[in-house]
Amino acid sequence: MRKLALSDEILLSIQQPARYIGGEVNMCVKDPKEVAIRFAMCFPDVYEIGMSHLGIQILYDMFNRREDVYCERVYSPWSDLDQVMREKMIPLFALESQEPVKNFDFLGITLQYEMCYTNVLQILDLSQIPLYARERSEEDPIVIGGGPCAYNPEPLADFFDLFYIGEGETVYDRLLDAYKEHKKKGKSRREFLEIAAKIPGIYVPQFYTVTYREDGTILDFKPNHPNAKPTITKELMVSMDDYRYIEKPIVPFIKVTQDRVVLEIQRGCIRGCRFCQAGNVYRPLRERSLEYLKDYAYKLLKSTGHEEISLSSLSSSDYTQLEGLVKFLIESFQGKGINISLPSLRIDAFSLEVMSKIQDVKKSSLTFAPEAGSQRLRDVINKGLTEEVILKGATDAFYGGWNRVKLYFMLGLPTETVEDMEGIALLSEKIAEAYYEIPKDQRQGKVQIVASSSFFVPKPFTPFQWARMCTKEEFLERAYIVKDKFRQMKNAKSLKYNWHEADLSVLEGVLARGDRKLSLVIEAAYRNGALFDSWSESFDNEKWMKAFEDCKIDPDFYTVRERSLEEVFPWDFIDAGVSKEFLTREWKQALGETVTPNCRQTCSGCGARVFGGGVCYENKN
Amino acid sequence: MKIRIKFTKQGPMKFIGHLDIMRYFQKVMRRAEVDIRYSEGFSPHQIMSFAAPLGVGLTSNGEYVDIEVLSTDSSAAMIKRMNEVMVENTKILSYRRLEDASKNAMSIVAAADYTLRFREGYEPEDLEEFFKSLSDFYSQEQILITKQTKKGERDLDLKPLIYKLERKGTSVFMQVSTGSVDNVKPELVMEGFYRFLGKEYPPFAMEIEREEVYADLGEGDSRRFVALEDLGQDIE
Repeated sequence: MRKLALSDEILLSIQQPARYIGGEVNMCVKDPKEVAIRFAMCFPDVYEIGMSHLGIQILYDMFNRREDVYCERVYSPWSDLDQVMREKMIPLFALESQEPVKNFDFLGITLQYEMCYTNVLQILDLSQIPLYARERSEEDPIVIGGGPCAYNPEPLADFFDLFYIGEGETVYDRLLDAYKEHKKKGKSRREFLEIAAKIPGIYVPQFYTVTYREDGTILDFKPNHPNAKPTITKELMVSMDDYRYIEKPIVPFIKVTQDRVVLEIQRGCIRGCRFCQAGNVYRPLRERSLEYLKDYAYKLLKSTGHEEISLSSLSSSDYTQLEGLVKFLIESFQGKGINISLPSLRIDAFSLEVMSKIQDVKKSSLTFAPEAGSQRLRDVINKGLTEEVILKGATDAFYGGWNRVKLYFMLGLPTETVEDMEGIALLSEKIAEAYYEIPKDQRQGKVQIVASSSFFVPKPFTPFQWARMCTKEEFLERAYIVKDKFRQMKNAKSLKYNWHEADLSVLEGVLARGDRKLSLVIEAAYRNGALFDSWSESFDNEKWMKAFEDCKIDPDFYTVRERSLEEVFPWDFIDAGVSKEFLTREWKQALGETVTPNCRQTCSGCGARVFGGGVCYENKN
Repeated sequence: MKIRIKFTKQGPMKFIGHLDIMRYFQKVMRRAEVDIRYSEGFSPHQIMSFAAPLGVGLTSNGEYVDIEVLSTDSSAAMIKRMNEVMVENTKILSYRRLEDASKNAMSIVAAADYTLRFREGYEPEDLEEFFKSLSDFYSQEQILITKQTKKGERDLDLKPLIYKLERKGTSVFMQVSTGSVDNVKPELVMEGFYRFLGKEYPPFAMEIEREEVYADLGEGDSRRFVALEDLGQDIE
């Protein structure tokens, strides 16, 4: 029987002890003494969030298929255990072997959102690994980062030995082989980093020097080591079917956020929404074949025993084989105690028909993401969803028995005017009116429309990377304008409006487009007690503001400042596939309120074609 | 057809709460492809009910879940099939068919056996003295304790609800009333005992293991405890 790292006394005094004991169905069991490389894979948030993440499950499976590697999982201890571990000096451990992370060869940390950065420091700190890469010794694990936030790794650059830029499926094997060879020869940490720097997609921050202008922007960013590549090109799977998917995902005991089989049907997106980082950095769109997905659907349901299967992609409606896939899922699993869930579907005749088959119409709601309140602003952001399409979809759905609608918007988008803001209320009202136009005997009671807006955060590698971000005050002012307009609507009683926390969005904006100078601020915020910042119950803006003040860094520099087209961005050394020329063009198109067609309509020359696959070569053999 | 399954819950599984054990077994049924019956309606659920929830922190050699199936293999084959998809530290011990008219386990639970072992570092200085006092405690005419309930506190005489309380090697063994009417948790008995000694029961002093769960087939005032699994028949 595995011995647990924590005593019964501790486990019985904290919330959800099952977060820390491992031993779940499909957990990989190996003898750590029998492997050459021990890899601790970390999602820096609480277990229930981390266990719901598909990417980690894919890498866990991929690494453990190698006989010479034992990959184990690590999550952030919740605040209650965090305190106990500090008091009792218990080193952070991996769930599988329950052994300290500091004894591993690698600590890999996935960076899924900016607000996890203090949790990254918590992981290092509790593991008893020095926070700064330059302070680590031969005994410490190699700390490697990856995931979407690694597309601008600079705010965290000083804390990581390596970053892996792009999709993990491709060069990890090379990196691990190189490490194994290096370990066998007994070479130093520095020598390994030198070898790693030569591998495509691998970024070694300490091999680069940044110099700044007086105004704080970057003057120069260049390698200081001959092995360091001037440009890091993202890694990508050219053909999705050539790689194995997970077959036996771990099944947690406790209920996690994503408690179901997740079938990744495609990667990338053809849409080109100008605010969306994922839609840009995962280009080009690549699909999995229907046969491949059918095979995995069976295997995954069998190996997990989950009662639900869900599709994952940025825009499922764009999957060319969607009808066939959905038909297959319904025919194979409906009526066998398996629920089918289809997120990110456009509302149209097809999806309404499917939805009425797989869910209880009375209990479910329709979701639209117009993102902006007016057609003008939707053109600016290149969101090709028109009012006509929304009203038609909603009306069809109302006739089908639905009476609840959720609408997602953003506030603070570039060029936004009061009319655009008020448009949020007006569009919501029009949907309510469409409902009440339906004869009384053909509708289901009252309609309920919930509109929510998040605050727009400009992200690297999007056409809006040059955009000025609003201040907290501006955000709230805009939210009040929308709220006021909602009050004036005829059907105000059927409409509900809410908005996200503004503090959090501003901070996210700072970190998203941040540079290396921010590492000090992140450390200071962490020392001030900032942790689990993505949880509104634990987020404390004061701790961050004090950190900025103490480090003499002005957060406004990263958010409300106007950026020129010539500015060198901290992330410019990464080639994410979309070229800076394309993004510049798109930024200008946005300001000109001009729509760019999607990848299946016309190629707009974003640059991702060089990868040699996906939608760029569809129907072109 | 009604089936009663007996299983163990050992080691770190003691940290998995009752609701999660239910979810765990739902998934076991699907992984093992048990032909379980589902309820009717838009979101059908498996027909499954557990005998007596086990508190977090306790291990067990005798947990029970009743299910209904449409078809089944032999008991031996079903046990093998399910154990192949179970995690370490929880194993199926028996899989037996019940009479169609049988009441479900939850409604007939009457008593349970527990073994309580001292956790390392919590052993009493004088073990002989400890067990002598335990015997004195149990010999009382009445064992009055205050029980915390949802409606507040209530005084309760434990004596008629403790069927056995004795020494087993260096451990304490007890058989107590269990179920929806008079559910006695073993910690409650120990708290009463420590109070009898004029002490406070240290919360982590003992590792508690449930050994078996019984139905009462006795008539009138006489009790006849039968292990729940003995109410079913192995399927050949």
